[in-house]
Amino acid sequence: MSIKSEKDFASGLLFIVTGGGFTWVSTSSYTIGSASQMGPGYVPLVLGLVLALLGGLILFFSLVVETPDGGKIGDIAWRPLLCILGANLAFGALLGGVNLIGLPSMGLMVAIVALTVIAAMADAAAFEIRRVLVLSTLLAAGSYGVFISLLGLQMPLWPEFLAS
Amino acid sequence: MDLLANLATGFSVAATPINLMYALVGCLLGTLIGVLPGIGPLATIAMLLPATYALPPVSALIMLAGIYYGAQYGGSTTAILVNLPGESSSVVTTIDGYQMARQGRAGPALAAAGLSSFFAGCVGTLLLAAFAGPLTEMAFAFGPAEYCALMVLGLVGAVVLASGSLLKAIAMIILGLLLGLVGTDVNSGIARFTLDIPELTDGIGFVAVAMGVFGYGEIIANLAKTGEDREVFTAKVQGLMPTREDFRLMVPAVLRGTALGSVLGILPGGGAVLASFAAYTLEKKVKLKAGEVPLGQGNIRGVAAPEAANNAGAQTSFIPLLTLGIPPNAVMALMVGAMTIHNIQPGPQVMTVNPELFWGLIVSMWIGNLMLVVLNLPMIGVWIKLLTVPYHFLFPAIVLFCAIGVYTTNNATFDIALVAMFGLAGYLFHKLGCEPAPLLLGFVLGPMLEEYLKRALKLARGDWSVFITRPLSAALLAVALLLVVMVLLPAIKSKRKEAFVED
Repeated sequence: MSIKSEKDFASGLLFIVTGGGFTWVSTSSYTIGSASQMGPGYVPLVLGLVLALLGGLILFFSLVVETPDGGKIGDIAWRPLLCILGANLAFGALLGGVNLIGLPSMGLMVAIVALTVIAAMADAAAFEIRRVLVLSTLLAAGSYGVFISLLGLQMPLWPEFLAS
Repeated sequence: MDLLANLATGFSVAATPINLMYALVGCLLGTLIGVLPGIGPLATIAMLLPATYALPPVSALIMLAGIYYGAQYGGSTTAILVNLPGESSSVVTTIDGYQMARQGRAGPALAAAGLSSFFAGCVGTLLLAAFAGPLTEMAFAFGPAEYCALMVLGLVGAVVLASGSLLKAIAMIILGLLLGLVGTDVNSGIARFTLDIPELTDGIGFVAVAMGVFGYGEIIANLAKTGEDREVFTAKVQGLMPTREDFRLMVPAVLRGTALGSVLGILPGGGAVLASFAAYTLEKKVKLKAGEVPLGQGNIRGVAAPEAANNAGAQTSFIPLLTLGIPPNAVMALMVGAMTIHNIQPGPQVMTVNPELFWGLIVSMWIGNLMLVVLNLPMIGVWIKLLTVPYHFLFPAIVLFCAIGVYTTNNATFDIALVAMFGLAGYLFHKLGCEPAPLLLGFVLGPMLEEYLKRALKLARGDWSVFITRPLSAALLAVALLLVVMVLLPAIKSKRKEAFVED
C-alpha cells in the first residue's frame, strides 16, 4: 500500500493528532457529564472524537483513492516562512520588551525598522539593504503620522532608557 | 408608512454633517488599507477598529460602516488588479475581473464592481428596513434547538463553498469549533485547553486567528510563488467608465445577482460568499449574446453579478445579526465585537430599546454605500496607481500593518506571538490543501453552538430527538441535509468543481 495523496495523508494525520489531543485532554482533565447535564468536557470530547474520526477517513482515502498528481505537498518555502513570522515576533518583542531575557521595550520606531528589514529578507532576489532602510524610514514616519498622530493609539515610541 | 417614518428617523441620526464626515473618512481609510494586496476587509476593519473607540456609538458605527464598504471595495480592487481576493466572497470576482484587467479594461471592471455594489446595497437596505420588524418578532419563536439547527445549517453552507474535499472542509469546521472553545467555560468557570497560559483564559483572539491564517498565511504563500503568479496589472488602462454595451450586459446581471444575494444573505454562515458563488454560476448558465466574451475570459457580467450578490448578501446578512444576534460571517462577527465595545448587544432588543441607533445603523449602511460611489469612482485612477508599487515594497508594509493591528486590539505582545502561530498554521493549511474559511466560521460559532446545544438538551432532559420533533428546527436541519446531499450528487459535484477551477 502506498500513499496516493501526500496532502491528504498529512492532513489526515494532523486531524487525528489534534482531535485525539482534544479528546484526551477532555477526558483526563474535565468533567464530561451527560446530555442533559453537560460538563465542560462534553462538547470538546464529542467534537474531538469526530475530528479524529474524520482524520482517519481522510487518511484512509489518501491510501486508497488515486489522485492525478499524487497530491504532492511540494517544497516548504522556509525562507519566507521564517522571515515573515520572525519579523512579526521581533516586532512584538521589541515593542513590548521581554521580561524573561531582560529586554526592555525598545519602542515602535526600532520595532518597525527591525520588522521591515527581517521581512524584506523573505524575498532574497529583491533584497537591497539601502532600499530596505529607506522603506523602513518611510514606514516609521508614516506609522507615526497615521497611528500615533491621527488615530492617537497608545504605544511606546522610543526605547525605554531614552524616553525617560 | 412605518417604513418611511423609520427611515426618516434613521436619516435624522445618520445624516448630520459630522456623521457624514465620519462616513467619508471611514470610507477613505477603508479603501486605502483594503486596497493593499493580502489585506481583506476583515484585517482592515480589525486594524482600523481602534480608531473608532473614542467616538460616540452612532458615529463610531457610521465610520465602521464606511470602513467596511471601503475595505470591501478595496478588496474587489485587488481581486481585479492583482488576482488576489481579500476575502472569500471576492474570490469569483478575480476570475473575470482579472481577465478584464489583463485586457486593459481594469477601469470598467472597477466601475462595474462599484456601481453594482451600490445598486445592490440600496435594495438590500430597503429589504432590511422592511423585514427587520416582522423578522424580529419571528426571532422570539426561536428556542435553543432552533438556534442550534440554524448554526448547523450555516456551517454546512460554509462546507458547500469549500473548494477542496468535503471531508477536509468538515474537519476544518470541527477544528474551528474546537479552537473556539479554548478559554474559560461560561457554565463551570473552568479554563479549558489553555495550556496554563493566562492570556488564553479569555479565549483565542479572533483577530489573531483571522490575521494569522488569512494575512500572514497568504503573504508567505504568495512569496513562495514564482514571480509571474503575483504580477500586478498596470498595463494600459483605457477609459475608466464602462461603455454603453457594457451597461446593456451589466443591468440584467446586476438584477439577478441582487435578487440571489438578498435571499441567500439571510442564511447564516457565509451568506454573502454563497451568494457571490451562486450568482457567478447562474451567469455562466445564461446564454451568451452575440459577440459576447464567454465568462471566465473577461466578461463584465462575471464581475457585476457576483459583486451585486455579495453586497446584497452582506446587507441582508444583517438580518440574522440584528434579529437573532448570530453573526452570519466573519466580518459581521467583528462588527459584533465593535458594537459590544460601544455597549450595544446585538439581538432582537436593539430595535425596541434603541430605535434611533437601529435605524441610524441601517441608514448609515446605505450612506457608506453612497460614499463609496461618490468617492471611489473618481478615484479609481489613484487606486490603480497605488497598485503599481512593487510587491517587495508592499509586503513588509503589510506585515507591519498586520502586526500593529494585532497589537492594538489588546495592547498585548502575546497576541503577536499568537498571530505568528496562526500564520504558521495558515501556511500549513495552504500546503495541505485545507480551506481556512470554514475554520474561521466554526471558530466564531463554536462557543455559541455549545451554549445553545447545552440549553436545548437541558430543556429536553437529554433527549436528542428534540432537534427533529420541533418543526422549525427539523425544517432547518432538513435544508442542511439537502445541501449535503446536493454536494454529494455526482452531477453537482462536477459543477461545483467547475465553479472553483477556472483556468
